[in-house]
Amino acid sequence: MKKLSRNYSGKTFIVEIVMILMGLLFLVPFYFLLVNSVKSFGDLLSNAASWPTTFEWGNYQRAWEITEFPKAFMNSLVITVVSILLIALISSMAAYRMVRHNSRFNKVLFMIFVAAMVIPFQSVMIPLVKVTGWLDLANTRTGLIICYLGFGAPLSIFLFHGFIKSVPLEVEEAAVVDGCTPYSVYWKIVFPLLKPMLVTVIILNSLWIWNDYLLPSLMLQSDALHTIPIATFALFGQYTKQWDLALPALTLGILPIIIFFLAMQKYIIEGITAGSVKG
Amino acid sequence: MSRKAWSQLGQQLFFVGPATFFFMIIVGIPFLMGMYYSFTDWNGVAGTVAWIGLDNFKAIFSSDSDYFAAFWFTVKFTAVGVVLTNVLGFVIAYVLTKPLKMRNALRTIFFMPNVIGGLLLGFIWQFIFVKGFATLGELTGWSFFNLPWLGDETTGFWGIVIVFVWQTAGYLMVIYIAALTNVPKDIMEAAEIDGASRMQVLRNVIMPLVMPAVTVCLFLAISWSFKMFDLNLSLTKGGPFKSTESVALNIYLEAFQNNRYGLGAAKAFIFFVIVALITLIQVRITKSKEVEA
Repeated sequence: MKKLSRNYSGKTFIVEIVMILMGLLFLVPFYFLLVNSVKSFGDLLSNAASWPTTFEWGNYQRAWEITEFPKAFMNSLVITVVSILLIALISSMAAYRMVRHNSRFNKVLFMIFVAAMVIPFQSVMIPLVKVTGWLDLANTRTGLIICYLGFGAPLSIFLFHGFIKSVPLEVEEAAVVDGCTPYSVYWKIVFPLLKPMLVTVIILNSLWIWNDYLLPSLMLQSDALHTIPIATFALFGQYTKQWDLALPALTLGILPIIIFFLAMQKYIIEGITAGSVKG
Repeated sequence: MSRKAWSQLGQQLFFVGPATFFFMIIVGIPFLMGMYYSFTDWNGVAGTVAWIGLDNFKAIFSSDSDYFAAFWFTVKFTAVGVVLTNVLGFVIAYVLTKPLKMRNALRTIFFMPNVIGGLLLGFIWQFIFVKGFATLGELTGWSFFNLPWLGDETTGFWGIVIVFVWQTAGYLMVIYIAALTNVPKDIMEAAEIDGASRMQVLRNVIMPLVMPAVTVCLFLAISWSFKMFDLNLSLTKGGPFKSTESVALNIYLEAFQNNRYGLGAAKAFIFFVIVALITLIQVRITKSKEVEA
């Protein structure tokens, strides 16, 4: 029987070695980033691949101060967290109503949301700058968050819509008999049942919003509101080729999301898998 | 109106209202305005917006060679990027569904680049291409490393491709792994007992069953590469001499650097039409190829 080949054979061992080498190859950029971030400028120019001769931890202090890292981090955090929570809430509410009250109006509306997923950001951004100016949303965190609600709604509604269709109606009917209003049915019965899809929606949106550069760069002009990607971009514009400053800034910039990923890995992988099956 | 109708209206507004409202002011209305502006000479500084009919489109089609160069670049990039990310993602996924000891750690490593935003990745790789490759060239003497990375059209193109593949292959791997683990074991065993070789099982049993995942992955890869912006901006800024400028970057620069908002809106409108067409065609083709297990 061929069953034996499933066990750990010599061939599998060779495959394993090849994959480990490939994994190391994938990690090489991080090696370059980390070792060079603590080198002096001269050291870095003479050999970018070697281990640092001296550890210039002061690089990090300079990068921390020039990018005003704590401020950028807090801005990114507040914008991301508030946006993803509100997107999850309003999208699940809309999807719930559209599934349970499948009127012609809601059918058309749902079609519009689905179709809008195709629209590239570039086809919206130019007039968006004008609209947000009229509505006094420009250059505020609230304004940016409102933009994320608009851009995030279609995919999130689509994902919740597919999920809610599979939630049995009986529980809700029983709750109505027990005297629940439609609002408390949603909040007390349906919302807790959405947890798996909630995780997916939150993960997908948080990776997108945390890393987004273009929209915040169009919306937030004042330095005090800079997010991590904007602060990094500004640093590169101002200190061209100063790698001893840029590399520690980049390390600081990617650190929060890497930690988040390593801590939440299981949910992120599940979220992406679930999101793609529907998408 | 009856009480019931009022209650229904209240629920409709309460549940669907917020999402619809934000979507309309942020996406719906600006999108429609963009169509209008593509027929105007709007320069962004408010005041005068004059209707100029099809002039923007005429200008794009008759004299804007940069826009077509950007399109050609984007099409080439999409073709290469989609094939490489999917092949690599699938191969890694296929191997990592085998009982390797380091399987989980390897999955983590391959996926990790994906959680970092394109802008920061581009900057990190700029350093690697410019300084890291130069050092590796000195150490190894390989001419590959001594090419003028990001300094000319060819190395700029392949530089972006390398980073794009490094960034996105892991995401596709996750989707392919999910699909591969869902292939029923008994079907594969039956094929093996019938004497099918490993390649035959892969081609005739596994591939048809993971076609839905292939649909999704092609869809994602096309969408990412065709709309690529962040990576382009931070890695090459479209240079040297606009030779690596994607459509998304071209539209951005037209509007916000040259302050030709009307022309930018027209370019964005053409971009939208093409993206929509590609999406429709692609969903059509791949849906028809799916097989039920």
